[in-house]
Amino acid sequence: MLKYIFKRFLWSILTLWAVITVTFMIMHFIPGDPFAREGTMPEAVYKNLNEHYHLDQPLFIQYTRYLTSLIQFDFGPSLKSNTMTVNDFIKQGFPVSLHLGTQAILLAVVLGMILGVVAAYNRNKWQDYLSMILAIVGISVPSFIMATFLINFFAVKWGIFPVATWKSWAHTVLPTIALSMMPMAFIARLMRSSMLEVLSQDYMITAKAKGLKGKFILIHYAIKNAILPVVTVLGILTANLITGSFIIESIFGIPGIGELFVKGIFNRDYPVILGSTVFYSMILIFLIFIIDIAYTWLDPRIKVIGENN
Amino acid sequence: MKKFSFIIVSMLVLALFFTGCSFSGKTGSTQSGKNEGKKVLKTNNSSEPGTLHPGLAEGTHDSWVINHIFEGLTTRSPEGKTVPGMAESWESKDGITWIFHLKDNVKWSNGEPVTADDFEYAWKYVLNPKSSSYYAFQLYYLKGAKEYNSAKDNLKALEDAVGVKALDDKTLKVELTSPVPYFLELTSFYTYYPVNKKLAESNPDWYKSADHFVSNGPFQLKEWKHKEIIKLAKNNYYYEKENIHLDEVELAIITDSNTAWQMYQSGEFNLLPEKSLPPDIIGKLLTEKNPEFHTGPYLSTYYLDVNTDVKPFNNPKIRQALSMAMDRKAIVTNIAQGGQPPAYSFIPPGIPDVSGDFQGNTGNLIKEDLAEAKRLLKEGLAEEGMSKVPSFNYLYNTDEKHKAIGEALQEMWRKNLGIEMTLENVEQQVKLDRQKTGDYVISRAGWVGDYVDPMTFLDLFITGASYNDPNWSNKEYDTLIQFAQTATDKKERMNALHKAEKILVDEAPIIPIYFYTKPLVYKESITGVFTLINDEPSFKYADIK
Repeated sequence: MLKYIFKRFLWSILTLWAVITVTFMIMHFIPGDPFAREGTMPEAVYKNLNEHYHLDQPLFIQYTRYLTSLIQFDFGPSLKSNTMTVNDFIKQGFPVSLHLGTQAILLAVVLGMILGVVAAYNRNKWQDYLSMILAIVGISVPSFIMATFLINFFAVKWGIFPVATWKSWAHTVLPTIALSMMPMAFIARLMRSSMLEVLSQDYMITAKAKGLKGKFILIHYAIKNAILPVVTVLGILTANLITGSFIIESIFGIPGIGELFVKGIFNRDYPVILGSTVFYSMILIFLIFIIDIAYTWLDPRIKVIGENN
Repeated sequence: MKKFSFIIVSMLVLALFFTGCSFSGKTGSTQSGKNEGKKVLKTNNSSEPGTLHPGLAEGTHDSWVINHIFEGLTTRSPEGKTVPGMAESWESKDGITWIFHLKDNVKWSNGEPVTADDFEYAWKYVLNPKSSSYYAFQLYYLKGAKEYNSAKDNLKALEDAVGVKALDDKTLKVELTSPVPYFLELTSFYTYYPVNKKLAESNPDWYKSADHFVSNGPFQLKEWKHKEIIKLAKNNYYYEKENIHLDEVELAIITDSNTAWQMYQSGEFNLLPEKSLPPDIIGKLLTEKNPEFHTGPYLSTYYLDVNTDVKPFNNPKIRQALSMAMDRKAIVTNIAQGGQPPAYSFIPPGIPDVSGDFQGNTGNLIKEDLAEAKRLLKEGLAEEGMSKVPSFNYLYNTDEKHKAIGEALQEMWRKNLGIEMTLENVEQQVKLDRQKTGDYVISRAGWVGDYVDPMTFLDLFITGASYNDPNWSNKEYDTLIQFAQTATDKKERMNALHKAEKILVDEAPIIPIYFYTKPLVYKESITGVFTLINDEPSFKYADIK
């Protein structure tokens, strides 16, 4: 196991390095300049700015410079802020996005699985149709429409929850719902099809033949075996949700890290683009690793590579 | 099953652990403007300021806050007059050497006196090339400023040569390279604000958080929760504190204008500037004459750049034809919808002339005339030896309104002149880049005046100027502008500027579309808010009844 973890760790480093290198190159090859001279800005000011952020140096020097500071976990300054560094942005924003994302993924998993199981168990009955209609709505309605809809009714019309900002738990309810709709629908559909497959397996008939009760079979045999595909996508979904959503966070005025990447690109704020990409990759790699370990635990048939017995 | 429930339980525990730990500071909010007897103005700054250091500030997301917590040598009255700020009086014989005398009772928010040294220090900090200040060139009017800001070495000597010197605690001597008619007004601009020298030298990071922040304006920084809210409190050391009625100001950071508008309606905000208002709401409030809606002129013009290096647009007649064959009124009423006046000249209203308003005296320089446009197009094409205008791209930065205006122009020119044009949207940074390198044909553009003088619009288009994206050149124009830059006789100067504007609009390297306005909403209980034509709304003298 330790050997496996070590091997995975080395691969992760390599993957990260590839991500950094590719992002760095793409970022510098797209048109646009972080200090594009709007208006009457003279050459000298432009030069001072570029010099200050070492953008006047050859790309290779900038690249090695970035890698050296990254090894010390320094993501560098933001080109558009004299107050906060990229580290500050992540340090202040990530707990917020993590909080919102965790709530959303929990809601999505619990609701999604319930919907999926109910649908599969009552295949082609009204429960199935209702669940799947909900899932289709969840997948096809964009999150910004869902968010506006929720704000309009629950905050403006009925005043149950606040409109926006991030001040108390009540403020988290609407964004959590808006954020969880898509993954919830996704999980519901996945769970349904995987349940249907499991329900048609021979061992389900055996269980029934043994005279076990329907609910017992469902929980002890079916769900446990059907959950694997959901676990597979959980890593990517979780990484997606806890690193923040640009749309949801800007609509609800949430100070998370969802806007970092988008605004970084928009402003050609190179350190912010790189920093957010690296951070996101780190989280994704870590979560996929956790999921891989979880596999072996959930399904004893799966063994990690490197364990030869 | 055990494993399964273990996962669920551990996830719930995890969630409970996170719940409540990501909120910073106190929770709960009060709904009305007045709470605990305090007068609190609640508004939205839209985006997180990049800095609150006046010398490093780059745009309105920085300066709206900075303008309320700092003050320069002069300041501007609600009527737009340049009036004494930190300085009590000033004198200059030749318009080159200026002596400013500071008021006796001016203090920093920590009680220390504001000195001439603080100004000298702040201005030199801005010009230091190592500070890499974006707006350093606002100080290039000073003797030796440009040299110091462009220098690589020998910095100490060049710094000493910059034309600003504290003669004593209360006297500041400023030397310019040439007489600048609008210099006094410039000293009210944020790049010219002072910085507490003692503080800045002992703590170079003073401006990065509210903890050590010291300023000299009507308000002071009380709290800065990044990307959430900025709280200001009345500065009790301000010399005019009896006229400051607000106890606190809260500037939230909500990016989405629809959300901001909903929060205004639910009473969480009591004032919203234009940036926080959805465009369709502005149109609606304007037409229904809502009493909470206010609007006024803004020193800014929406116009098109025409690349004069591209055939056949090198021919003025073709450019004039384009300008004449559009319906500006239709664009303003159907698309812009903020009550903007259509622009038949380039310089927006609101700039005082020798007598009256500069734009008012100019009148209409453009006549929309289809027959004349067709004739000019035909003549121009013949002169260039072409039979028709080849299809070209219209470049604009991605935005719904710019797109709609592009579509309107596309339709008008196709119908009126038979010109085919395709729309191309790019990001703002890319658009600026392509305009600089001349990689465009016709592009959307806009300009906000830096100071209240026609020069801030006209010097953009002298030969080789950095924002002269049409790459247009006219000797007579250059001579007129050069004359006006140093002329001391106001009448002759304004005359030259009027002439220059006429040349610019007649030659049409740029095609004005409309003059911007500055909409604003606030609750009827609020009084005393004023908006200067080249600034965001000021709540310095605001009060809540």
